[in-house]
Amino acid sequence: MELLVSQIIAGLSTGGIYACMALAIVMIYQAIDHLNFAQGEMAMFSTFIAWQLIQWGAPYWLAFFLTIAISFVAGVAIERIVFKPLKNAPVLSHIVVFIALFAILNSGAGFIWDYQIKSFPTPFGSAPLLGNLISSHDAGMVSVTIILLLLLFVFFRYTRVGLAMRATAANPESARLVGIKVGWMIALGWGMAAAIGAVAGMMIAPVVFLEPNMMLSILLYGFAGAVVGGLTSPFGAVIGGFAVGVIENLAGTFVPGVGRELKLTIALALIVAVLTFRPSGLFGRVIVTRV
Amino acid sequence: MSLLSARKLCAYYGATRVLHGLDFDIVEGGVTTFLGANGAGKTSTLRALSGMIATTGEITFAGQSVAGRSTEDRARLGIAHVPEGRGTFSRMTIEENLALGAMARRDHAGIAADIERVYGYFPRLRERARQQAGTMSGGEQQMLAIGRALMMRPKLMLLDEPSFGLAPLLVDEVYAILRKLKEDEGVSMLLVEQNAAAALALADQAYLIETGEIVMSGRAQEIGRDENIRRAYLGY
Repeated sequence: MELLVSQIIAGLSTGGIYACMALAIVMIYQAIDHLNFAQGEMAMFSTFIAWQLIQWGAPYWLAFFLTIAISFVAGVAIERIVFKPLKNAPVLSHIVVFIALFAILNSGAGFIWDYQIKSFPTPFGSAPLLGNLISSHDAGMVSVTIILLLLLFVFFRYTRVGLAMRATAANPESARLVGIKVGWMIALGWGMAAAIGAVAGMMIAPVVFLEPNMMLSILLYGFAGAVVGGLTSPFGAVIGGFAVGVIENLAGTFVPGVGRELKLTIALALIVAVLTFRPSGLFGRVIVTRV
Repeated sequence: MSLLSARKLCAYYGATRVLHGLDFDIVEGGVTTFLGANGAGKTSTLRALSGMIATTGEITFAGQSVAGRSTEDRARLGIAHVPEGRGTFSRMTIEENLALGAMARRDHAGIAADIERVYGYFPRLRERARQQAGTMSGGEQQMLAIGRALMMRPKLMLLDEPSFGLAPLLVDEVYAILRKLKEDEGVSMLLVEQNAAAALALADQAYLIETGEIVMSGRAQEIGRDENIRRAYLGY
């Protein structure tokens, strides 16, 4: 029983990270209708920036918020420079650019900071809490993700810009007709997705260690979360992310033969299962097009 | 002095030209209507005016040239387009839909007053303020679309078939409200319709459009009275 509870809690804490990645994926998907394969590499690069700032002597939280700001600006810049000109290009062009972005960030990080695995500090320490049920880093990680998700909820629900961004995602043509600058809303979406990814990267780095390929499996779980929740539902993506975290942990512990090695397979199995039985995800809406 | 004038206006879907050099003027404070059959180019004319399709030619609005400017810029200049299909943000509430109409404005007191004004015209929207817009009937969504356009405090409203898909009683209701907007507030409108009788009863000026060209124009009353035009172009 105690094992079950502790596995669920551990699942929720990594699930929070998957939820962030899933949310970042969904935000960009809603803006441009494509999956950003480079989301994980963007987060990884942001984490390296944070690491570099800390190496230069910045206190942790200064580096944390500075990295978020830098990632936001970089996300906006990527949209303005790379994706805005591709607005009307076919799917394949987008995919090629995503792969290019992936490769550039991955090898760029390797080139600048090399491929040696680095440890990344946590501001929460690693003391066991609640009678060994959860480590203080895991608790801090869950708190940070929950605060982040709440802030995003308030932003989208109660602010003008949040409303404009939702309108842009829901119906870009109507949004233009009421004077919303749709192009900038999309750029803002990229900036926010990059910033969310940066938080996820900095929170998970103490667990998985810092190296250029650190986000590969995280992104895969993020995709799984997004697909489970439904690519059209930010709320669903968050729930999906947490669910994937818990399922991954429980299967790894309780299903014989899965263990640590096959955990990643769970994410893929989930994607396939959801796409087979409920293609729009648990919370997504079915898009019907009249022809 | 006309509020909007178009000269040699052509519009394109890709390489296909759908409007072939239209010249027309919209009077300030008046209602102008474009009538014509399905596919005549009525919707394309509106889309051309708000910059949703590629155009050539001149468009002057409120004294400045707007051809080549983005859709959102034209909306901010005061062109409120109520599109075909009503453009409802269907997963958002009525309230949010109206707030979106005021997106380009900053005067909070004025926005709140205008929401009340819209609810005054459309009491049913107030009753459903917190309901998802997509759950409303077609007539209610049409009212919401007009309300959203009013929230922009527009200089000119472009209305694309406000009677489309509505029961006759609702058509009357929508047109009664448009008449009130015209008479009480002097909102300038460009109205595109297949329901020629309803449009001519409201409009001051009318243009007949056929396969992307204006074939006739004149005062709405006279066109409505002319038996031959009615038979040939309006089908009633």
